[in-house]
Amino acid sequence: MFESQILTWLTFFPLVGAFALLLINKENVQAIKLVAIATAGVELLLSLALYGSFQVGVTRMQFEVNIPWVSQFGINYHLGIDGLSLLLIVMTTILTFLAILSSWHSITKSVRGYYFSMLFLLSGMIGVFVALDLFVFYVFWEVMLVPMYFLIGIWGGPKRIYASIKFVLFTMFGSLLMLVALLYLYFAYQSQTGVATFDLIALYSVNLPFGAQSWVFLAFALAFAIKVPIWPLHTWLPDAHVQAPTAGSVILAGVLLKMGTYGFLRICLPMFPEATIHYAPLMVTLAIIGIIYGALVAMVQKDIKSLVAFSSVSHLGFVMLGMFALNTQGLEGAVLQMINHGISTGALFLIVGMIYERRHTRMIADFGGLAKVMPVFATFFLIATLSSIGLPLTNGFVGEFMILLGAFKANWIYGTLAATGVILAAIYMLWMFQRVVWGKVTHKENENLTDLTTLEKAVLIPLVVLIFWIGLAPNAMFKRMEPAVANILHIVRQADNAPEFFRAQDEKVFPTLAGNVSKQENIAVTVGGTAVTQGTDNHSPK
Amino acid sequence: MNTVLPLIVLFPLVGFLINFLLAGKLSRKLVGIIGSGTVLISFLLSIKAFLDLTALPADARIISDTLYNWMAVEGFSVDVSFLLDPLSAIMILVVTGVGFLIHVYSIGYMAHDEGVGRFFAYLNLFMFSMLTLVLASNFLLMFVGWEGVGLCSYLLIGFWFERDSATEAGKKAFVVNRIGDFGFLLGMFIIFWNVGSLDFQTVTALAPSAFAIGGTVITAATLLLFLGATGKSAQIPLYVWLPDAMEGPTPVSALIHAATMVTAGVYMLARSSALFVMAPTTMMVVAVIGAATALFAATIALFQNDIKRVLAYSTVSQLGYMFMACGVAAFGAGVFHLMTHAFFKALLFLGAGSVIHGMSDEQDMRKMGGLKKYMPVTFITMLIATLAISGLPGISGFFSKDEILWQAFSSDLGHPALWFIGMITALLTTFYMFRLIFMTFFGKERMDEKTKSHLHESPKVMTIPLIVLAILSIAGGWIGIPKLFFGATNFFEHWLEPVFAPAQRILHSSEAHHAASTEWGLMAITVTLSLGAFALALRFYLKKPETVTRLRESFPGVHRLLYGKYFIDEIYDRLIIRPLHFFSIFLWKIVDVLLIDGLINGGAFLVGGVSRVMRYAQSGRLTSYVTVFTVGVALITGVMLLLGYSIGN
Repeated sequence: MFESQILTWLTFFPLVGAFALLLINKENVQAIKLVAIATAGVELLLSLALYGSFQVGVTRMQFEVNIPWVSQFGINYHLGIDGLSLLLIVMTTILTFLAILSSWHSITKSVRGYYFSMLFLLSGMIGVFVALDLFVFYVFWEVMLVPMYFLIGIWGGPKRIYASIKFVLFTMFGSLLMLVALLYLYFAYQSQTGVATFDLIALYSVNLPFGAQSWVFLAFALAFAIKVPIWPLHTWLPDAHVQAPTAGSVILAGVLLKMGTYGFLRICLPMFPEATIHYAPLMVTLAIIGIIYGALVAMVQKDIKSLVAFSSVSHLGFVMLGMFALNTQGLEGAVLQMINHGISTGALFLIVGMIYERRHTRMIADFGGLAKVMPVFATFFLIATLSSIGLPLTNGFVGEFMILLGAFKANWIYGTLAATGVILAAIYMLWMFQRVVWGKVTHKENENLTDLTTLEKAVLIPLVVLIFWIGLAPNAMFKRMEPAVANILHIVRQADNAPEFFRAQDEKVFPTLAGNVSKQENIAVTVGGTAVTQGTDNHSPK
Repeated sequence: MNTVLPLIVLFPLVGFLINFLLAGKLSRKLVGIIGSGTVLISFLLSIKAFLDLTALPADARIISDTLYNWMAVEGFSVDVSFLLDPLSAIMILVVTGVGFLIHVYSIGYMAHDEGVGRFFAYLNLFMFSMLTLVLASNFLLMFVGWEGVGLCSYLLIGFWFERDSATEAGKKAFVVNRIGDFGFLLGMFIIFWNVGSLDFQTVTALAPSAFAIGGTVITAATLLLFLGATGKSAQIPLYVWLPDAMEGPTPVSALIHAATMVTAGVYMLARSSALFVMAPTTMMVVAVIGAATALFAATIALFQNDIKRVLAYSTVSQLGYMFMACGVAAFGAGVFHLMTHAFFKALLFLGAGSVIHGMSDEQDMRKMGGLKKYMPVTFITMLIATLAISGLPGISGFFSKDEILWQAFSSDLGHPALWFIGMITALLTTFYMFRLIFMTFFGKERMDEKTKSHLHESPKVMTIPLIVLAILSIAGGWIGIPKLFFGATNFFEHWLEPVFAPAQRILHSSEAHHAASTEWGLMAITVTLSLGAFALALRFYLKKPETVTRLRESFPGVHRLLYGKYFIDEIYDRLIIRPLHFFSIFLWKIVDVLLIDGLINGGAFLVGGVSRVMRYAQSGRLTSYVTVFTVGVALITGVMLLLGYSIGN
């Protein structure tokens, strides 16, 4: 019973809460807030129960439900999770709970609509992470857009309309490409097997010629890349972040961006392994550009929020790099960094929100000397900052380290270029921190700011605990994601035509610099049980 | 956990947590007691660990203790695990011993500061990180301590955070160190992907089979590790942060920026000696950078007027000596100098702190003078430290410095040129140190009346650590007296022998064939010339101060260059920082806003424009629709006919 129903509960319970809000008089703000937080709280507990009963070390999907929905089109209500989804689900429920808590005093306009959107969004997000049917996946993917559009467009800052429309147009553009690709896939599978199905796991076995695979891969990749966002498709992000209300930014950065990276992991890599390998150098290149570009542009931002937004471009560049390093360290690092980014950036956005509440400005130049007037605030801010720049013993270090380790294995040049991001992160974060927190109080308005309230501390403490917990004992995460990652890698490695770039990973050597092992010795390496031969011209279709 | 090693590391952490979480709730006295007490416990436990180690036979002196598996991802596995061997045993004794003295001193020094709780919390966090660094049994855990001490350094340099110069210096220290850490990280990657482990013992054991001696891979790995060392230990080209780091409270300068943290690079090289000796090119680079830094920093120290800056450049210079020793594979000598330097340089900084304390926070030596009668204990102890760093025969600095100079000359990897640079540096050291002593303690009293009326010797809680360190500065070197004297064994080198045995095996080095007379001769040269340097300082800064002014006027360019620290900061600013800043603004304003967003908004504008034109077609008049329809059909039919389609097929 728990096994087969928990995911349905998780997905739809927030929606139940959302509709319950509609039954309350919209003037009764207190009751609305209570119901909203209670719903998010129960949802959080449900996800923790899920975490508790999740079996470690199991490759197959868990808590599966698979019920025919529109059988003539092969659409099934197919839900299930592996370690990837599990971690993202728990992160989503935690962040949403904290985001709702942080809105307690800050949202005063159309309170009911606001919490309705938040809960609705929560359902959509969980839906994406549990869907194992491409059609269901697509429905949730699109559903999510609507509440986010409202959150930015109604409760956002002064340029909220431009930002929300830009956000929707960017995403819709990607979604349409995905829809086309998805239908193509559906018909291709049908013509190959005679079975009409949107089932994700079934579609993993679709056998597309390289040319077609390339196009479908690119269509999906573009849709996901916009979400991530991968450079140069990132320009919607700073606008959306700066304009969104605090909770919106937290969810946007913490969860919505991960939809993109999750899409790559769930769909692009396992479904189009050859295309994945073929385009890996391109993806890695864009990822590295994103890391450096995002960091440099973050450095010169004047608004703290847009600084954090550009830092997300850099951090997500790390995630993409680790993913397309196509080895275990890189991939597990990437998944962990998805979670880490949600925690650290979530904390940073919450913190920025807290001073925005007090000063109604986010300009770095309007602050300075906050350590003097708000010492507790300064401490939390410091911890989030250190986590964001990946100091050892915080979560950020473990993720970044694994990604760089994996990237370095794939190609030392990748690892080296990306590692410069570690230096740049220290520059832009500490410079901002210096101007905001250290120094003398230079603005009179800042002299009498009150330090964090109990509620604000309660919002931040869980994130601080997670920062150190993951930093100290990341194995809890690694062992849960391990089978899922291994499975994806297994599928990718089975792909023929593995270019030399990727195959060298099974060598215990430092591939490009090594003088003691020449490249010729790598000619025949068994990958996934199949002997493959080296050649430079076998990227072409079969 | 079955040894005391984890406790040595954890006690300061406990102190940190108490002082940090209860900041403002504890009395000043209690804060100091907790801060120093936890370090004292660590020191006592370190002594116990040291004794445990000596109880073992010489070739089996290794105690390790694993707490838990930190992270494991397919073949990559790292434990939180500690390793005590003769090398780390010396380090923990120095770190906790000197650290404890500095903690006690801080009780007096920071007595009137309102942030005393925060101060001791950070100081304890530093001890935790530093002990993690030296006790780590693998590169990654060492890196944890490595970045941890960097964080504490950042926080403590910027301790007086209302001073912009302090926070700026803190940030600079962190960022410059990050450049070094970038090297450390990449070095670790190369090591792991070739050896399959980051554990020190495993790496040392497998290195000879995993790497080709002198090969590109091992050279790259060690050069990258060395880049990390140049950051942490303030060597060319990354030394620029250390002089600015003097913005921090003086006990911080003594503990972190003289005695312990800055020596981490030397420790790292000693720890991975088996890797470094496999890369002769790297060894040469290390020796040359070390020698160059030693000389370069010493020349800057000649004319600085801020008492702490003189000591800061002196530290950079002395660290250069240690690297020079490592570069000629005399790791033992490097570590020996690390230890004696920890004693006398901590003493010098604490003494300077005592002076600053007495002088109502004045650091400019031009406004001091004649202090010896006001601060006798400070004077005597600082004089002892000055004699030690200048290499007065018989006390600690002499033995360690002489050992390095001799090795630089005689080792297989050495070169007379290295010895020569080291010798010149020794002369400069004597000169600038006695300049400091003369300007501070002798001559005219140049301070104003108000300061003068407040002049006083520091309280006992500050002077007792000075006295203890003075004793160590004299006697600390006696455990490493070279064989040359009395034909006795060099205890220190003998103690470290097992640690460097793998490196020695790779080097196949034979006993030096140099005659004892050569060693005596070189030693005599250094000592004699140092006396000359002392005489010169005496003449310039005590007997005939006007000669300095005259010299300065005759060589204005030289003085400006040295006083301006060769303008390296300015050069970095123009060549790196500003271009990077402008480039970033270009990326933001031009690439992001103008180009990418311009394209997208342009696309939107285009769609809007086209729609506006197309709108006119939708007029609602039936006749125009029919016309367009007919013309359209005709056109399509025509085109199809032209292309050869037959209608009706």
